[in-house]
Amino acid sequence: MEEQGVKKEELVPIFIMGKRYDVPSSLTIQKAMEYAGYQLIRGCGCRGGICGACGTVYRFPGSYKIEVGLACQTVVQPNMYLAQIPFFPATKRVYDIEKVKPSIETIVKYYPEVLRCLQCNTCTKSCPMDIEVMDYIAAAMRGDIARLAELSFDCVMCGLCTARCPAEICQYNVAILGRRLYGKYILPKAEHLTEMVEQVRQGKYEQMLRELMDTNEETLKKLYNEREIEPEQADEFWEPKDKSFL
Amino acid sequence: MPYTRELKELIRKVEATRPARVERKKRGEEFPLLSLKEREERLRKYHPDFVEGARREIRVGVNKGYAISPEIVDLLEARSRVDPDLIDLTKIAYETDVLIIGGGGAGTAAALTARERGAKVLIATKLRHGDANTMMAEGGIQAATKGTKDSPYFHYLDVIGGGHFKNDPELVYTLVTEAPKVIAWLESLGCMFTKFPDGRLKTLHGGGTCRKRMHYAADITGAEIMRTLRDEARNHPEEIKVLEFSPAVELILNEHGHCSGAVLYNLETEEYFVVKAKAVIMATGGSGRLHIQGFMTTNHYGATGDGLVMGYRAGVKLCFLHTVQYHPTGAVFPEQAEGLLITEKFRGAGANVLNIDGEQFVNEREPRDVESASFIRECTERGKGVPTPTGKVGVWLDSPMIDMLWGEGTVKREFPGKYILFKRYGIDISKEPILVYPTLHYQNGGLEYNCRCETSVPGFFAAGEVTGGVHGENRLMGNSLLDVCVFGRIAGENAAIYAKEKFKDGKLTLDHVRRYHRELEEAGIVTDRVAPMLLPDYTNPKVRERQLTTHYLGTLR
Ligand SMILES: Cc1cc2nc3c(=O)[nH]c(=O)nc-3n(C[C@H](O)[C@H](O)[C@H](O)COP(=O)(O)OP(=O)(O)OC[C@H]3O[C@@H](n4cnc5c(N)ncnc54)[C@H](O)[C@@H]3O)c2cc1C
Ligand code: FES
Repeated sequence: MEEQGVKKEELVPIFIMGKRYDVPSSLTIQKAMEYAGYQLIRGCGCRGGICGACGTVYRFPGSYKIEVGLACQTVVQPNMYLAQIPFFPATKRVYDIEKVKPSIETIVKYYPEVLRCLQCNTCTKSCPMDIEVMDYIAAAMRGDIARLAELSFDCVMCGLCTARCPAEICQYNVAILGRRLYGKYILPKAEHLTEMVEQVRQGKYEQMLRELMDTNEETLKKLYNEREIEPEQADEFWEPKDKSFL
Repeated sequence: MPYTRELKELIRKVEATRPARVERKKRGEEFPLLSLKEREERLRKYHPDFVEGARREIRVGVNKGYAISPEIVDLLEARSRVDPDLIDLTKIAYETDVLIIGGGGAGTAAALTARERGAKVLIATKLRHGDANTMMAEGGIQAATKGTKDSPYFHYLDVIGGGHFKNDPELVYTLVTEAPKVIAWLESLGCMFTKFPDGRLKTLHGGGTCRKRMHYAADITGAEIMRTLRDEARNHPEEIKVLEFSPAVELILNEHGHCSGAVLYNLETEEYFVVKAKAVIMATGGSGRLHIQGFMTTNHYGATGDGLVMGYRAGVKLCFLHTVQYHPTGAVFPEQAEGLLITEKFRGAGANVLNIDGEQFVNEREPRDVESASFIRECTERGKGVPTPTGKVGVWLDSPMIDMLWGEGTVKREFPGKYILFKRYGIDISKEPILVYPTLHYQNGGLEYNCRCETSVPGFFAAGEVTGGVHGENRLMGNSLLDVCVFGRIAGENAAIYAKEKFKDGKLTLDHVRRYHRELEEAGIVTDRVAPMLLPDYTNPKVRERQLTTHYLGTLR
């Protein structure tokens, strides 16, 4: 179906693992591989730039520079020669989220190799998401968990940084440890949430919900249409007029 | 790829009408909303659910006579990928307490609770662990967590109203009462929800909510939940094993009629092998990649409805599959963004929707289904769609209006993800409109199950997008991430308990598959179609013509 009605379009040469294929110039690397005849099994997940399955490295003839991209997001360019790196062996340390502390000790205990960072910045240059990878590793080395979490938030865990790190660090697993520590221990807890969980546990809403469940469709429709709608512009502390079902 | 010369030419027409449209908007003059009767009419005439041939009756199995999308019926009226006589059920490759089919949000949540209950878990998944629709959710997750203005009571009303009052009340009850617990659970696992400095969770409205209860983690909520759950599963490597690139193709029952495992397929070595389990959870998600009626989709590569097929062959009923959710604004340009979701928030902020002449043809804030139907009418019957270089059509979503209405920089600030993405393609969406068309988004229905996630087959549980009932005929934004967490957890718990307390060992069998094949023959269905599909086929048909010695089974070679 992706072929339907395609107008005659300019074809450009690309080299998939060294072999030349002529593909329409508007395609992504992912679709170009399919156009060339590949049936993707590895290296394709969300097709939308968020799962990190399709990390790809490429070069242009005569250039020393290694370029990177997500195959599902990067449009082909003439003469690029490319390979997907859909999997790279990585270390993932096992820890108990209930017992770890949000501190440098935790980082060093589980990922001591971060201390080997050479600050070469290759990880940052290898990131298809433009994340400042080296900076978050530096934050990890300082025990600055908040910075580690914030800088790495957009990470799709494609592993390109890990594939190229001369210090053999698995950056993205350090990053998720950091984000979980931050989310659990550093961000303040939501008190209203704890209260609500308690109210539900005590059965506060039990009777009104059971009544709703037994209500016929007509009455339900009426209740539905009469719901008081929180205004779009209302601030955080807006309260409804009718509080009987709170 | 930036807009082509032809498209830039057409954008001039949008720019020509823009100042007057902005003025009208400022004066509060809106394109008239349709009356309820007109809505009904528009849907009946143009919504994909209602077009000729949108539904076909299933001719075999427990739902014989139920009319649903022909693309799904084709899969149900297909043979197994593998001849049951060829599979040696005495050769067991893996044995486990709980087998979970599908490593998305529901499957992974289930694994965690099953483990907590002391079960050994095996997750079999088609792609990598976490390559799933869950990863793609952006908008957020609903839950009534603010007792001063909201409660499960209002959440219940919203869910059931959104679902056209057809939802299963017990399921909705479970969804809304478990919701706050699930958010607390995610918080305790370290999910980075977006919060105020004092820890209050930030919440927004979603379509059809009466209270702001959409919790979010910036604009990658699903990814944040998925990667956290996956990391937690990986913290228990002894009790939770994961087989990637190993989709299930058939359930295995035993002589008592209980579900006792599955046949898996190694996508790389092309071997089939047997997993024996005391309980099985189906969590294979949705079916956008079936491209119902040729629509593009927001779904991930593996969303091919496999769980529906496997469950149905084992005798589980399907429900609520007669409606399909289309999202009105999927990107159609550039090529690499095709199908990508452009959130409802753009229209909420005032961006008009326009045809090739730069004229409005529908109010931009009609409900999702009415909006979609109106786009389709404009592009088909009225022939006023905007053609793309790859032969698609779309309508303009006039995003630059947002800056004109709310001040320079609003688009960039409020929609950073989309702004940056399009910027990379050379399109500045604060200055140029976005080309959109309806896109296949969500499988409203699926396997019938109850609030304990049990199905009609003992030992067989289901959770997530593969199921039907909790959302009725139409799911609201934010209730699906919630669904997968709530019911994933329940499925895991109950499957573990079942494995421990109710499991009864017996001889493994694939007789249900043989029976199903016989039924197909008796119904006169002679076909070489096979199902489940496993992966869609996007290879070049011209290449296929030259693959003279290649054998394809369904879409896979
Ligand atoms: C772009 C997008 C945006 C969305 N936004 C939101 C939102 O903002 N809020 C919200 O609540 N919901 C949203 N949704 C919906 C929601 O994300 C999904 O409905 C939900 O996450 C489904 O979870 P699941 O676990 O049931 O399925 P999935 O997460 O899709 O997981 C299913 C898994 O099963 C695997 N699988 C499939 N077949 C087989 C097989 N035969 N054998 C083994 N494994 C198999 C798949 O590969 C996948 O890993 C969105 C969906 C999309 C696509
Ligand atoms: S396929 Fe998911 S990021 Fe490219």
